[in-house]
Amino acid sequence: MTSAGKLKVFLGYAAGVGKTWQMLAEAQTLKAQGHDIVIGWFEPHGRKETIAQTEGLEFVPRRVIEHRGAIFEEMDTEAVIRRNPEIAVVDEFAHTNVPGSERPKRWQDVMAILDAGIDVLTSLNIQHIESLNDQVWHVTGIRVRETIPDWVVGEADEVVMVDVTPRALLHRLERGVVYAPEKARAAAENFFTESNLTALRELALRQTAHQLEERREELRLPEPVRAQHSGLDERILLWITPDPSSAMLIRRGRRVADYLNAPCEAIYIDRDTPQVAQHLNFCRNLRIPAHCLTGSDSAVAVAEYSRAAGATQIYVARSTREAGKLVRLVKDMQVTIVSERIRK
Amino acid sequence: MASREITRPDPEELLRHIQEQERQGGRGRLKVFLGYAPRVGKSLRMFDEGLRRRKRGQDVVIGAVQSRGSDAVESFACQLELVPPKIVGDQETVDIAGVIARRPHVVLIDELARDNPPGSANPHRWQDVEQIRDAGINVVAALNLQHIFEHQDEIEKITGKRARNFVPESFLETADEIVIVDVPAEDLGQHPTLDADALTQLRQLALLVVAQVVEQQLQRYLDAHGIRQSWGTQERILVCITPRSNAKPMIESGARAAARFHGQLLAVWVKQEGLTREADEVVQSNLDYARKLGAEVHILEGRDAMGAIIRFAHEQRVTQVYIGHSRQPAWKFWAANPVDRLIHGAEGMDVRIFPHGQPA
Repeated sequence: MTSAGKLKVFLGYAAGVGKTWQMLAEAQTLKAQGHDIVIGWFEPHGRKETIAQTEGLEFVPRRVIEHRGAIFEEMDTEAVIRRNPEIAVVDEFAHTNVPGSERPKRWQDVMAILDAGIDVLTSLNIQHIESLNDQVWHVTGIRVRETIPDWVVGEADEVVMVDVTPRALLHRLERGVVYAPEKARAAAENFFTESNLTALRELALRQTAHQLEERREELRLPEPVRAQHSGLDERILLWITPDPSSAMLIRRGRRVADYLNAPCEAIYIDRDTPQVAQHLNFCRNLRIPAHCLTGSDSAVAVAEYSRAAGATQIYVARSTREAGKLVRLVKDMQVTIVSERIRK
Repeated sequence: MASREITRPDPEELLRHIQEQERQGGRGRLKVFLGYAPRVGKSLRMFDEGLRRRKRGQDVVIGAVQSRGSDAVESFACQLELVPPKIVGDQETVDIAGVIARRPHVVLIDELARDNPPGSANPHRWQDVEQIRDAGINVVAALNLQHIFEHQDEIEKITGKRARNFVPESFLETADEIVIVDVPAEDLGQHPTLDADALTQLRQLALLVVAQVVEQQLQRYLDAHGIRQSWGTQERILVCITPRSNAKPMIESGARAAARFHGQLLAVWVKQEGLTREADEVVQSNLDYARKLGAEVHILEGRDAMGAIIRFAHEQRVTQVYIGHSRQPAWKFWAANPVDRLIHGAEGMDVRIFPHGQPA
């Protein structure tokens, strides 16, 4: 076992459900129990009740970064590590740091803090989880830009669902607890509708349940055994093309592979386009290895590789022109034609 | 006649409309705090909500409080007005008439799954709640997962015990709101009989139960008003049974995926004329197998089998369709391959095509 710190994520389904509040309440309890705890980053959002929860807690001063003539503040990760507390509170796990920061993403800062043997409490909204990006868009019509790879959340030792009902959340919004009045009105019209919130809440409940299951499996099966039994011998290949639908294919494949506990690999035909490069970068972020194929006939190349690699399932986007041909070529394998979720 | 623009109804507006109608109907609202084990803090959350509501000016009373509550619960509860319980035999029950006569805006009722002693107005406390809601009074209640009737088999497998008293899930589904009180098992401290892993399993089940109730409530609202949009987030897997395809591995794979995703498994068969007896037997045994693995089996009629399946899949908000390759060696190039037709028609769904040969 490593001496890495423990990560606890307070998961919510929207702003204002009380993630930060609950995280700070826990910080206060831990402090009262005599633990050495500091705040590495706290986002007050002007919420009085939440701000009151930080009373008496030590703040590590923020780092000031100048970018294009403007002043930004970020967590001073190195200062948190130097301070070396038992536990650090780091709000907004999915945050993207301003260019010029040590690391591009806050989750990378959190990993550095954990590596230093410090426990971390953090907060996250469900819509930031990468593999749910299409589903969130399907439900809400909003394409979330700031995402966090699933494996990062999978590293958490604990994920706690911070639950309130959408109705209670909408009341909070009306009372001006979540946002200032003008912003609250705009939010209510766009994102904060009862049906949106209900669907996001369901996603968060299922995600938390899934996280528990994963954790139980990890605890029960040590590494080598787990590798043998992984995925009931499933092996998933994702056929990446320059088409934008590949991003959706990658997310869907990652999600299914995680749920089935199966290995997953991306393949693409050697045609050097910037679009493919972008998709491959995305694969790397989600920890999906990629393999380049050559050949004049894409479907044939994919079929041959799949057979050689012992794949059990090939994932291909519905918009891929040669999908039908592939289906006919590999009648001995399962092919999943992935369709984009349409918003009606 | 003046032409009027036809617009699609706004689901939000419909939702508000339905909720308004319900309020006017005069029935009290029900909100339930669900915990997966004793001591997760569901009663505390309930009384905390009561205190907050009173601060906002609502008239809040307590209808039932557990006799052996923690000090924290005690300190919250003692700040609120209590409608004194009715003593039947030597047990405390909710004084239904007393609560109704007091006419508060909200009544807090702890231990929703309690059984009433013989001689009470109702055998079960949840029936008392029904009566109070019928009188137009809102109820906020606390419930332990282990008392939901439909999940008691599963819970017994985890805990080795079965609670005697229960609340039917159909009652829980009438709740306007259900909140999970989620706490890591480790934070509960030592449990007298259950280890951390058993508690974690209960916790997982509680999360899924709430997800399911949430999905059903929303779906019912939308169904009742003809809104076809699929808002649910649950995976729904449809296995297409045909006499030719080798269905067993498909059904098994579907059952496994449904279990992993905590989704629903459906199987469908479109009746065909002039089937040989052997083919019919294969179909029937496949359908039986699907039932055995927990699938909801649907038998459809229609000349155009693939068309019927596509329509059904859309109606049922299916997210993944499983189908086998046809055994026919080569498709006549002018005829549309049924698998191609399915891929074409299954907009918004994944289509997984299985080999027709023996399973690997």
